[in-house]
Amino acid sequence: MILISHLSKKYKNNAEYSVVDLDLKIDEGEIFGLLGPNGAGKTTLISMLSSLIKPTSGSFSINGLTFQKNANQLKQLIGIVPQEYALYPTLTAYENLYYLGSMYGLKGKQLKEKINYHLEVLGLGKFSNKKLDTFSGGMKRRVNLIASILHDPKVLFLDEPTVGVDVQSKNVIIENLKKLNTQGTTIIYTSHHLNEAEQFCTKVAIIDHGRIIIEGAPKNLISQYPESHNLEDVFLTLTGKALRDHA
Amino acid sequence: MHKLWASTYKELLLLSRDIGGLAILFVMPLVLVVTITLIQDSTFRSINDNKIPILWVDFDKGEVSKNIYDGLAESKSFNIIDKESDSEAKELVFKGKYQLAIVIPVNLSSELEKKVNLNVEGLLSKFGLEEETPQTEKAGLEKKEVILYFDPATQMAFKNSIKNGIDKMIFKIETQTIYKAFQSQITDDETEAIFDTESFITFKEITPSIGENEIIPNSVQHNVPAWTLFAIFFIIVPLSINMVKEKSQGTFVRLRTNPVSYLTVLGGKTVIYLAVCLIQFGLMLGIGVYLFPILGLPSLEVSGKIPLLFLVAIFAGLAAIGLGLLLGTVARTQEQSAPFGATFVVILAALGGVWVPVFIMPNFMQTLSNLSPMNWGLNAFYDVFLRDVGLIDLVPELTLLFLFFVITTSISIVYNERKNAV
Repeated sequence: MILISHLSKKYKNNAEYSVVDLDLKIDEGEIFGLLGPNGAGKTTLISMLSSLIKPTSGSFSINGLTFQKNANQLKQLIGIVPQEYALYPTLTAYENLYYLGSMYGLKGKQLKEKINYHLEVLGLGKFSNKKLDTFSGGMKRRVNLIASILHDPKVLFLDEPTVGVDVQSKNVIIENLKKLNTQGTTIIYTSHHLNEAEQFCTKVAIIDHGRIIIEGAPKNLISQYPESHNLEDVFLTLTGKALRDHA
Repeated sequence: MHKLWASTYKELLLLSRDIGGLAILFVMPLVLVVTITLIQDSTFRSINDNKIPILWVDFDKGEVSKNIYDGLAESKSFNIIDKESDSEAKELVFKGKYQLAIVIPVNLSSELEKKVNLNVEGLLSKFGLEEETPQTEKAGLEKKEVILYFDPATQMAFKNSIKNGIDKMIFKIETQTIYKAFQSQITDDETEAIFDTESFITFKEITPSIGENEIIPNSVQHNVPAWTLFAIFFIIVPLSINMVKEKSQGTFVRLRTNPVSYLTVLGGKTVIYLAVCLIQFGLMLGIGVYLFPILGLPSLEVSGKIPLLFLVAIFAGLAAIGLGLLLGTVARTQEQSAPFGATFVVILAALGGVWVPVFIMPNFMQTLSNLSPMNWGLNAFYDVFLRDVGLIDLVPELTLLFLFFVITTSISIVYNERKNAV
């Protein structure tokens, strides 16, 4: 279970807070979607939860552990799929995964089997010895996902894992995430694909200007707004149609 | 331990996939050492094949100018070109066509002889052996100046060496003229040797030796350690670029979410880049021993020194890697790390005495030089190559190099932790 209490983040050169006094509880086994327009604070929230940036104030715990007290234990417990590929382009898919898996303490036969298993499941078995810089965007996204799940994390954070990929890759990624969830992994993911989130998530929170506007199961949210037919309608109703460009 | 091994293996793969980078890493230092040694070899040779052309304007045409001319010719360093005009010689030198012109003033020989004779006669008259010389005769003598024109781009060291050389020759000629004047006053027989005009005091240089073999410094013994060290320290450029690249690829960010310490990540890099340093060093020694004699250079003398040389290379490599890790940790872009790294190595080399010996630097720079790890490394290499010292004598320099590695790596870790604290 993830418990977030009064969590805030203000970047040095920004006048406004990116996340403001946020309280949230995510239960174990949930597929939780963090939705919001550009600059709403989704990536900042995920970055704080995965120890990449320091909160300005507030606290959170994951399965009762905090980074201040149990950093390595917590890092072993979670997996992070960053928005960027965050892989070595001149190494093969297998070499990338071998190295990143080793950093979780995996080794030997167990590591090799896990790599081969996930590469096969995500349709990359025959490309395992190809360098990553020859891969398409969709293939890189899948390797990026495997690198974060080799150690069987209890909680998986995904920052827009399906952005810029073809439909087939997106489908494979979502199906595998569902499978992971059935095996007990809690999934927290951010996305701009609201239809995907509506189908995929058991619960979503719409976040804007660093605050959670609404939270609940997608169907319940849609039913709260009779004029809305889907999650996108709810989203536009709550966040407006104005462009959210940032520079 | 497995994480360190995996990090090391990853670094090995990354390096081996960059064939161009690898070639530059190994080939360029070799090219550097060969080039510098070939250039500097002439300054170490007693007989120089490449003569410097200089202009000679002789308005004297006497014994003194002949002696100076012969002295220059005997040095075998110059190709003397005669010119008739002072202004032409001056113009050619000031335009950079020649490094130097020497103008011998008119009547130098006869005036010198006259002056010496007057002095000798004056001296003898004090002893009552000659009639007193009239003061008017002495007053008629003018001081003579040998004029030197140097190309404005000529280095001070070359200028000083020429000035000293000519000064020495003139002093010798003056002395011999005085002896000659005395001789002519004492005896009419010119063949009679009353004075021994050869120098009484001479120099003898004693060099260190191993057993019966003298260690004679040459361009190779000086240049290989200096430029090898320079190449070893240049490792900070590719190393820092490697780290900045990891930041821009996002892999460093991913590693921060993994249960692995920054020390382990740096450890993998240290092992591989140290191996690169040692391979580089081995290749440098190899070309010093085998290639240099083919190029007409003296062979690098390494017999019995290889273990100590590699020991120094390990510690120098660690110091360079520590600096590279620090630069890679602090720099955000390759535009920051590459130019800074390259320039900083050049500064460290200059401070360390790679170009100009430390003992001729100003006091302040000599103090600063003591802070340059290249100075410690160079001293350690010279200790082994030229002073034939043992392991115990190397301990101070090796300790400093190791401490430098420990301190720079520790700063990198602390900086990284503070910057990314959660």
